[in-house]
Amino acid sequence: AEAAELRARLRAVRHTVLVLSGKGGVGKSTFSALLAHGLAADETKQVALLDIDICGPSIPKMMGLEGEQVHQSGSGWSPVYVEENLGVMSVGFLLSSPDDAVIWRGPKKNGLIKQFLRDVDWGEVDYLVVDTPPGTSDEHLALVQLLGAARIDGAVILTTPQEVSLQDVRKEINFCRKVKLPIIGVVENMSGFVCPKCKNESQIFPPTTGGAEMMCQNLNVSLLGKVPLDPQIGKSCDRGQSFLAEAPESPATLSYRNIIQRIQEYCEQHHFQEEKIM
Amino acid sequence: TLPEGSNLAGVQHIVLVLSGKGGVGKSTISTELALALRSAGKRVGILDVDLCGPSIPRMLRAQDSAVHQCASGWVPVLLGQDTALALMSIGFLLERPDDAVVWRGPKKNALIKQFVTDVAWGDLDFLIVDTPPGTSDEHISTVEALRPYQLLGAILVTTPQ
Repeated sequence: AEAAELRARLRAVRHTVLVLSGKGGVGKSTFSALLAHGLAADETKQVALLDIDICGPSIPKMMGLEGEQVHQSGSGWSPVYVEENLGVMSVGFLLSSPDDAVIWRGPKKNGLIKQFLRDVDWGEVDYLVVDTPPGTSDEHLALVQLLGAARIDGAVILTTPQEVSLQDVRKEINFCRKVKLPIIGVVENMSGFVCPKCKNESQIFPPTTGGAEMMCQNLNVSLLGKVPLDPQIGKSCDRGQSFLAEAPESPATLSYRNIIQRIQEYCEQHHFQEEKIM
Repeated sequence: TLPEGSNLAGVQHIVLVLSGKGGVGKSTISTELALALRSAGKRVGILDVDLCGPSIPRMLRAQDSAVHQCASGWVPVLLGQDTALALMSIGFLLERPDDAVVWRGPKKNALIKQFVTDVAWGDLDFLIVDTPPGTSDEHISTVEALRPYQLLGAILVTTPQ
């Protein structure tokens, strides 16, 4: 019965995109939030953003939803809506205080993720974006097993240019291959900084081993784009505002928009191929 | 009292390096702290319990090292002419560095317990324990396993935002 409930919820979701990285602090949540905003810019599309980072849920703050609570209804848990067509769910909404630590072992975390997928009443959804914690562990396995690799359009993998990040990201790519999760592509964040005053470019995180570009070539995955550092990104995140809306002229915004478009195109094609087969 | 012949009996102080957040510099700080203490003439060990993303070996250019076992457990990788820096990380146990360690909690816990109790550290002034981001299996198991010993405390690392 549980499995049937889960299947029913997921049937109402047209496209699912996972945002992953082996490495922490490379911009998964930032990207997930902006991807959700970008997709929801089309008011005819219904977008859902699910934050399964149970220990460090960043999405509520980034979406300006801190302090919001989750309500239960007859049809399940209601997501918190940022826009009419953009709903959000995170363990952050279940905490009584934002500083409460969720100190759970794997099995309990898996239980919550299962509940999120089964009990949240998203309704009909065009895009489900799932933000994940760093690593390749319980949360990631639970997600792939519960959603089923076949139902996920693919994963977007985030990295920064330096080898210390890439070495963790290669593991993530191998994880995706192991569990047969398609990889939409890799995004390289914090890829250079252009000084707004003198316009000189600095490599704050030098790509000592060729950056994401070299890694993608070697591992035969798509490089979706490179996003430069922009201090406004962190500020917008801290304030719960969409960076794309607050800094429409930033080179980072341009990069993000191009990447989001590529992801949309990938998903539309993916669906089209499925329909062709049917 | 400590168990007889405990591998941590010769360790004077244990420091955990923590952060809820990923990518703020835990491994970097752990490495620099260890090197600074060694420069000050101390014998230092680093235990890297980040099973999914072990960064310490590369930071000390030890990524190609292998570990061996002896009668009392794992022999840590010893660095430097004076071998005053000892290292243990799951990074050393991976056959291929790009292999993902896709383990659920219970298996991670078992390995961490082994790392904490079964590494033959010998005499150390400081053991620095680098952790992954979060507050989950690795952290619970590490603290539980270290509780009987001289836990000096935790250093918390963050970035400004």
